[in-house]
Amino acid sequence: MAVCIAVIAKENYPLYIRSTPSENELKFHYMVHTSLDVVDEKISAMGKALVDQRELYLGLLYPTEDYKVYGYVTNSKVKFVMVVDSSNTALRDNEIRSMFRKLHNSYTDVMCNPFYNPGDRIQSRAFDNMVTSMMIQVC
Amino acid sequence: MEGLTLSDAEQKYYSDLFSYCDIESTKKVVVNGRVLELFRAAQLPNDVVLQIMELCGATRLGYFGRSQFYIALKLVAVAQSGFPLRVESINTVKDLPLPRFVASKNEQEPRPAASYSSDSENQGSYSGGVIPPPPGRGQVKKGSVSHDAVQPRPSADQQEPASPVVSPQQSPPTSPHTWRKHNRHPSGGNGERPLAGPGPFWSPFADSQSGSAAGDAVWAGHSPPPPQENWVSFADTPPTSTLLSMHPASVQDQTTVRTVASATTANEIRRQSSSYDDPWKITDEQRQYYVNQFKTIQPDLNGFIPGSAAKEFFTKSKLPILELSHIWELSDFDKDGALTLDEFCAAFHLVVARKNGYDLPEKLPESLMPKLIDLEDSADVGDQPGEVGYSGSPAEAPPSKSPSMPSLNQTWPELNQSSEQWETFSERSSSSQTLTQFDSNIAPADPDTAIVHPVPIRMTPSKIHMQEMELKRTGSDLTNPTSPLLVKPPDLSEENKINSSVKFPSGNTVADGYSSSDSFTSDPEQIGSSVTRQRSHSGTSPDNTAPPPPPPRPQPSHSRSSSLDMNRTFAVTTGQQQAGVVAHPPAVPPRPQPSQAPGPSVHRPVDADGLITHTSTSPQQIPEQPNFADFSQFEVFAASNVTEEQDGDAEKHPEVLLVEKASDPASSLRVAKTDSKIEDKTAASAPANMSKGTTPLAPPPKPVRRRLKSEDELRPDVDEHTQKTGVLAAVLASQPSIPRSVGKDKKAIQASIRRNKETNTVLARLNSELQQQLKDVLEERISLEVQLEQLRPFSHL
Repeated sequence: MAVCIAVIAKENYPLYIRSTPSENELKFHYMVHTSLDVVDEKISAMGKALVDQRELYLGLLYPTEDYKVYGYVTNSKVKFVMVVDSSNTALRDNEIRSMFRKLHNSYTDVMCNPFYNPGDRIQSRAFDNMVTSMMIQVC
Repeated sequence: MEGLTLSDAEQKYYSDLFSYCDIESTKKVVVNGRVLELFRAAQLPNDVVLQIMELCGATRLGYFGRSQFYIALKLVAVAQSGFPLRVESINTVKDLPLPRFVASKNEQEPRPAASYSSDSENQGSYSGGVIPPPPGRGQVKKGSVSHDAVQPRPSADQQEPASPVVSPQQSPPTSPHTWRKHNRHPSGGNGERPLAGPGPFWSPFADSQSGSAAGDAVWAGHSPPPPQENWVSFADTPPTSTLLSMHPASVQDQTTVRTVASATTANEIRRQSSSYDDPWKITDEQRQYYVNQFKTIQPDLNGFIPGSAAKEFFTKSKLPILELSHIWELSDFDKDGALTLDEFCAAFHLVVARKNGYDLPEKLPESLMPKLIDLEDSADVGDQPGEVGYSGSPAEAPPSKSPSMPSLNQTWPELNQSSEQWETFSERSSSSQTLTQFDSNIAPADPDTAIVHPVPIRMTPSKIHMQEMELKRTGSDLTNPTSPLLVKPPDLSEENKINSSVKFPSGNTVADGYSSSDSFTSDPEQIGSSVTRQRSHSGTSPDNTAPPPPPPRPQPSHSRSSSLDMNRTFAVTTGQQQAGVVAHPPAVPPRPQPSQAPGPSVHRPVDADGLITHTSTSPQQIPEQPNFADFSQFEVFAASNVTEEQDGDAEKHPEVLLVEKASDPASSLRVAKTDSKIEDKTAASAPANMSKGTTPLAPPPKPVRRRLKSEDELRPDVDEHTQKTGVLAAVLASQPSIPRSVGKDKKAIQASIRRNKETNTVLARLNSELQQQLKDVLEERISLEVQLEQLRPFSHL
């Protein structure tokens, strides 16, 4: 369902980014990069509120003619960005949320691995498999 | 060297091998490296190889001449057949099978292997496979024959240096094929790849002709290699240089590991014994080794190894971090960042396998699943689903892998893949943990501390007491009505005793009586405690929720006066019956204070007397409303202590009792936070007031509601309690005098008035306390919010 999935670290560098190979990956990378601004904006908007109250799921960050970009931020400021094909109208918000939840869980599993140093690129096969499963559904 | 007599087959075989090793074509001396590789392929322990070399004279000469080589080969055969290595054995052992060398890469014709295997006598065991006669051999060599000299047939892929020896085709093709060896060798691939530990090493060496060192190291590796015993290699490409590269790198480690594991012999045994195709199976020795290693990190076999410790440990294996990370992912089954014994064994096994050149599976093999790890029994499944899944290996799928596997495959992979399931798994585990912790928390809450329900102790005769108990029980939601009777919390009993002693006007007698009638007296306490206990249990947090129906019936206590009247009437009617009292817990307390309330009403005096008598005889204290504060016990105790100190007189008893009662209600009130509590309390207090003399052993206080309060809460309560007792004492002091004089009605009225007043005061006190607590809580909340605010800025980095 997703066309591109990216995991961005707190310092806004990518920990993991993967796109469906058919497309021009660079374009997706650029989209993800620009979406970071939107993410930061959304985070700061709720700045005054308690962190707890800030929902992790940010929702649609911005739509383009072909794609929609969704965002999700964890409490440790790790961001997940997902680019979805606009033509895939069947995707509901709940599904996106569940996808982010899965991403988050896989990410925590990666974190639990003592051999993973936070800040490294994510090279976990399990994580890859999970992401693949989410992307394979792309038509 | 003695003369060596070789059979024709041997002669030919040996000459082939010699040619193979004779890369320099000197026809005289073979290259040591090749020889070593060859010997390694023979799958003999290192020391045996050294022995052979020594025996054949190569060490003496420093090189392998033809004769030495032949002798060595013969010795290899001897060793493989299990005979002791002796110089004489080369000639004495008759009918020695040809030495077997595992050919790592056997290309085509794995099938001929089948036929081969049929020919060969040994099945599944590496050692001493019989090698078919040379001509057959040629075929058998399945193409891996790249060994020109060995094979007359041209088909051999030249590139496969695969030793002239054909791996014993015996072993039925099995799982190993899943092990994709890094095969850089494009050669036909299919052949058999002896996945046996040493096996794979053979081909890489053959291929790369890497230094013997690597070979040595790898050779040493038999040890805990995965149980893979299959000789047959599957279509998977033969191990490639990657393996080799790995080996050299990990050589030292391997050797160390191996030696530690005391591999060689074990390996042999294992190889011979295991007939399973399961390459991931952990043998007993391996398992034992793993367990020992586990113990060095974590002595408790049921405990966990934290991630950091495991990281250090596995880093020592010098595998790349990425692979270690993958191994961890596979083996940390519950994703908790720690390794249990099973997980650790699986991880270790994977490390060992990796070091031996086996690819890591994508999914955890079944035999390594934490709960499936079974030493020799779980062999059933043959290959793990993981292997099946990704191996995609060609046809060689071992026949064993079959029907049982798919089912297992499906279940586990599903679990592995579905994150939700993993989540639930972890949730389950964590929740279970929380549950357990919870329980443990609850347990302590039980015993005493304050939760003990201040069962009012009645001074009524046991029978009445029993009735009361029953009434209470029926009224309450206690589930174990009878248990309270049986259970005697020692604390309660003690406290009761103390209280009773304090309370009963008769003092000693009462106390004695009380003690004697422990069963009875403790009953209400039991009930109370049981109630409290139940409460605590039910809520997993004592005092949680709605205080389980406060002991027997809080409600009835409502109309105090009426209840009291009722009680009184009951008392009168029933004589000593305290049933009425029981029915209205609050009402009860007053009763049993015969001493004090001789007067208030006819009933009461009667009751009191009766009570007194009863108490004297059997000091049952009217179980003051069991619903009275659980904690009140604590307070009561404190109060009683306080009161105890205060009075020593029988005269004072009533006061004390009253005080206690009042204090109890007060404390209970304090504790109780709900209106209902107040009701109960008032009810309790009313009877308490009434009884005056009755000992509120059971601190009438609402208690029930009283959620488990921290001791802090209780302490202040106690303090207040004492203060209040003082106040109450004054009030009470005045009361005792009253009851005596007036007639029944007057007494009743006065008693009720008194009760009401006391209730009012108690309520007021409770109210103030609650207000205070509310303020405290608010302050805490404010402070927490402040802290949050302070922390928040950081989160916005």
